[in-house]
Amino acid sequence: MHDLVATSPLGGPRPRTGNFGSVVISECPGWALASVAARRGKEKTMATSAKKLLGFALPGVSSLANNGTYTAFWTGPDQWMIEAPHASHEDLAEQIKSALGDKASVTEQNDGWARFDLTGTGCHDVLERLCNANTRAMQTGAVTRTRLEHLGCFVICRAKNDHFSVIGPRSSAGSIHHALTTAAKSAL
Amino acid sequence: MIINHPLLGPRDAQEFTYLGDASLIERPDWEAEDAQDQFHDYLYLRDNPAGSHRELWFHEIGDRSWLVVTRDTTTHEITSVEMARDVARAKGRSK
Amino acid sequence: MTQINRLDGGQVNRGTTLNFSFDGKRYQGHAGDTLASALLANDVRLMGRSFKYHRPRGVLASGSEEPNALVELRSGNRQEPNTRATTVELFDGLEAKSQNRWPSLKFDAMAINDRFSNFLTAGFYYKTFMWPAAFWEKIYEPIIRKAAGLGSLSLQDDPDEYDKGFLHCDVLIVGGGPAGLAAALTAGRAGAQVIIADEDFAFGGRLNAETFAIGDQSGADWAATTVTELQALENVRCMSRTTIIGAFDHGICGAIERVSDHVATPASGKVRQILWRIYGKKTLLCAGAIERPIAFENNDRPGIMLAGAMRAYANRWAATPAQQVSVFTNNDDGHRTAIDLIAKGVNVAAVIDTRADAPRLADCELLAGAQVIDTSGRLGLKFVNIRLADGSKRFIECGALGVSGGWNPNVHMTCHQRGRPVWNERLAAFVPGGDLPVGLSVAGAANGEFSTAAALKAGSTQAAAALRDLGMTARAIRLPNAEDEGVNLAPFWFVKHGKGRAWLDQQNDVTVKDVKLAHQENFKSVEHLKRYTTLGMATDQGKTSNMGGLAIMAELAGKTIPEVGTTIYRPPYSPVAMGVLAGRARGKEFHPVRETPSHKWATEQGASFVETGNWLRAQWFPKPGETHWRESVDREVRAVRGSVGVCDVTTLGKIDVQGTDAATFLNRVYANAFAKLPVGKTRYGLMLREDGIAMDDGTTARLAEDQFVMTTTTANAVAVYRHMEFVHQCLWPDLDVQLISTTESWAQYAVAGPNSRKLLQKIVDPEFDISNEGFEFMACRKITVCGGLRARLFRISFSGELAFEIAVPTRYGDALIRRIMEAGREFDAVAYGTEALGVMRIEKGHAAGNELNGTTTALNLGMGRMVSKKKDSIGSSLSEREGLNLPDALALVGFKPTNNNDKVTAGGHLMARDGPVDAAHDQGYVTSAAHSPILNSSIGIGFLKDGANRMGECMRLVSPLTGTEVEIEVVSAHFVDPEGERLRA
Repeated sequence: MHDLVATSPLGGPRPRTGNFGSVVISECPGWALASVAARRGKEKTMATSAKKLLGFALPGVSSLANNGTYTAFWTGPDQWMIEAPHASHEDLAEQIKSALGDKASVTEQNDGWARFDLTGTGCHDVLERLCNANTRAMQTGAVTRTRLEHLGCFVICRAKNDHFSVIGPRSSAGSIHHALTTAAKSAL
Repeated sequence: MIINHPLLGPRDAQEFTYLGDASLIERPDWEAEDAQDQFHDYLYLRDNPAGSHRELWFHEIGDRSWLVVTRDTTTHEITSVEMARDVARAKGRSK
Repeated sequence: MTQINRLDGGQVNRGTTLNFSFDGKRYQGHAGDTLASALLANDVRLMGRSFKYHRPRGVLASGSEEPNALVELRSGNRQEPNTRATTVELFDGLEAKSQNRWPSLKFDAMAINDRFSNFLTAGFYYKTFMWPAAFWEKIYEPIIRKAAGLGSLSLQDDPDEYDKGFLHCDVLIVGGGPAGLAAALTAGRAGAQVIIADEDFAFGGRLNAETFAIGDQSGADWAATTVTELQALENVRCMSRTTIIGAFDHGICGAIERVSDHVATPASGKVRQILWRIYGKKTLLCAGAIERPIAFENNDRPGIMLAGAMRAYANRWAATPAQQVSVFTNNDDGHRTAIDLIAKGVNVAAVIDTRADAPRLADCELLAGAQVIDTSGRLGLKFVNIRLADGSKRFIECGALGVSGGWNPNVHMTCHQRGRPVWNERLAAFVPGGDLPVGLSVAGAANGEFSTAAALKAGSTQAAAALRDLGMTARAIRLPNAEDEGVNLAPFWFVKHGKGRAWLDQQNDVTVKDVKLAHQENFKSVEHLKRYTTLGMATDQGKTSNMGGLAIMAELAGKTIPEVGTTIYRPPYSPVAMGVLAGRARGKEFHPVRETPSHKWATEQGASFVETGNWLRAQWFPKPGETHWRESVDREVRAVRGSVGVCDVTTLGKIDVQGTDAATFLNRVYANAFAKLPVGKTRYGLMLREDGIAMDDGTTARLAEDQFVMTTTTANAVAVYRHMEFVHQCLWPDLDVQLISTTESWAQYAVAGPNSRKLLQKIVDPEFDISNEGFEFMACRKITVCGGLRARLFRISFSGELAFEIAVPTRYGDALIRRIMEAGREFDAVAYGTEALGVMRIEKGHAAGNELNGTTTALNLGMGRMVSKKKDSIGSSLSEREGLNLPDALALVGFKPTNNNDKVTAGGHLMARDGPVDAAHDQGYVTSAAHSPILNSSIGIGFLKDGANRMGECMRLVSPLTGTEVEIEVVSAHFVDPEGERLRA
């Protein structure tokens, strides 16, 4: 085992959490991510293999699917992001690649992103100050990518109305977190 | 503006990056005898119509699809939005 | 003497008394007052001075259409100019000041302009400031700047914050009067997502200003009850203090919500205003109507106001501008003012009606067929001079005059996509035309449906129609009984009398005479009239004045009003503060920041940072005792070339390119060949634009048969990715290739210098052989470090030294830089920043952004032979153009000053030793320059015509901009280790 200590996207030894009345904003570094794109002409066989590995079919446009361990969300035509706990799946990309072989291009994305979760009844009030996603209309499992704090971010509805994830570029984690907390103070 | 993305539905034009005339898809054959002339025309001779215009937009803050958007340059009315890869294939582009 | 003009009743809360000041004098008002209503209640009619002539002015209207009563609010860094007293909600401690006057509102020295009014007529600017041209900058402009503008800026940073936000709905209802409320009820009860917005702090619109009953309630009570019901509906959002400022493309509307303007200072963490972007599937414009005045001589005295405004002040705010008033009207509606004020106990001297057959509606004297021809009173109205039906004249004493020339539907937003209103003869007004913004329909008075009953019905019907278009069903709501009177009006625009001035546009000081002059000077199109006279070009966009101007023009031209036509309105509906448009994007929050994985560590080292795009990169790492940045940079360069240094290069763009056709794809996007690059090797790649100009460069490593990792320059990472997606999706869509950015996934450090291998051997796990034999120059490999962490190692060099780049997952980047520096202690390893990086690449003659500057080709860069002619790649065809391949084409070379003390400066141009210094004799230019601590000399690289064949030539490097000229010698761009022995060591 290596002995390098990981830092969270915000740079601290532990993820940061803040309570803003009706919303809690938490930094969630504990997730491994891998992007999966079907190879040309192997879209169907890839989907079959992915289903076998994940235990569910890859979700359609703008949506998310999951079981206990894996979550998959659509990112583009024949492209998905797979999410799993980092503690048990740090080598997620490798695992998926060995399951899908030459049917897919798989890229490790663990540390390309910073995930912030918003939970509580005030999620809509915060997010409407930040991005054009119509979060009130988003059902559980809806996913969109849009601009937030000038950056391309995924906005994921984990539970309708009161649990959303904002996943944005890791290098700007500080700016995204600042935008989220400032909006929360302003809106709530 | 709102661009009705073929997969994602209506999306704000703020999420897109504009490139220009969709005729950029019709890239000449490099081995043609008059390739130089063809490339010159391809790159520099564009129509700039006041009216219906087919143009390329990239959904940069979205699903990263290139789209061919038919837009009236005088009213911004958008009459059709297609996936650029489909348009390219229909024009005979492949590998 | 407090609030002597306060009446009984109204909707102000007498239980709450608010203190405020105007021009330093203290007054009291009540909750529910506007600044204008509170001033009137305190018998203050004079509120400002006009723009051009500095005429004393009072309030004309009771809403945002107000042209006159513009005041400065608050003080210190919260001072805000040009706010309309009619929309300023009173709060305790409010400070307001009049504007555009000196030394005081009552005595304004600039009122002398009024005496020179003959010189300040239409076209004044065009006629006066024409010549001589030399006068413009020094004389005219400063004078105009000083005289122009009304209020003044604080010139301090605004301490408040502003948000931007996004809202979605099925129906956006613009305006919360009877039509808007009926529409919201209809759509809200049907379950649609509804937003109803009103600029006022109270919903109700004219219902709050009139005495009409709705059902068995007063109009104001009905509005309040309705809003209570709407607020209880989860699908309806009621937004008061919110102005819809524009109807933009495809149904997007803009709105300004004034969150904290009605309190002294915003609460902690709260914003002053919010700019909303509203995505409404349908928009229903229920913006009501705006009354128009009649022009007559000296019709701008404080106390002369719109009849409907006078009534609004009395009914809603329980305030009257004077104890004795009169009304001047051409329609029945004007009489209501007299009726309502009499009911409030105000003495109405007379109703003056231009119509000979005017009905007697109010319990006061009626002067039918009469006209107001002039007024008097120095700082406020004292007398009106009336020409009676029989031609005789009569003075009436009154402190205020309510004027009504009829009502104009508020068509503002219908014009935002260039829709033109059309003339309605029956209403004698322009109503919305057919060419409306996408998704917008109009209901109520804004559509010419003036009675309360008609507005309620139209609101409900139009809301149901909008929902039907969306495939939703709305049930008709039961509408209460309400006033349903028709419009009784005889068009009358201006009184013809003597030579005095009759004002049309009070904000821009445009008179009837100006319109006549414009006509006389042949400005016949309404658009020309507008610009020549500036009628309607003030911040109110002529909401109360345009109609009068058009009518006069029509009369002068012998045309009908529809023949003359109308100008149109543009967003914003009412003025918008710059701060809210900026939102939070100001100061340090102007754009997001990108931090490198070593950011925290570099901060601890005291690094100086530089912004490159959004990235913050360490520029250099000063050590104690170093007093100048050059000392730090020189030390870092010497340390790298002498032993080893470490630099964070994470910012370079990284794109994962996978697929069975990945190599073919790279062959197409890079000018040089990639297909045969072996697995485990890295190659430099040059990317061209289709026109043959260099676009970007970088190294690309082949990690597997079907996987490459491309690096781009920091600045072009996004553009290159976009370009590659274009090439894939639009040009060769069937290639099996998948692209994804991995820039941020990996913390990547350059470890450079003769001891770099020794250092890395302490980091890289021992099973990986990184000796020169086991890991030769340009090799790449997946490895593990520090006991098993997955990593990537590349043997590439930007500095020209033996060098590696090592990458680990970003979360371990902080730990790795610390580990590397610790391991490097025995070699005196240094951290180096972008400056040292820059010096070393110039010493080595490597091109970077300054050389790939959008004008240079592969040939210019000395890489002409790299452009493969055996394959098709972007830019390869056009790079063969004759003009890009002239015998004396620019070539990348190096420069050294002949005199070692001279400096090579980037941006300087190269001229022959003898001969003129001008563009025609330009031989090239220097793109990058630095002090080389290794050569102990200033050096530079750049482009010189036929440069490769001019080695050793002495030239002049001139920079006319800085007035410098030094002699330089043309040398090879490879100043250090030209044979490349070091990097292969």
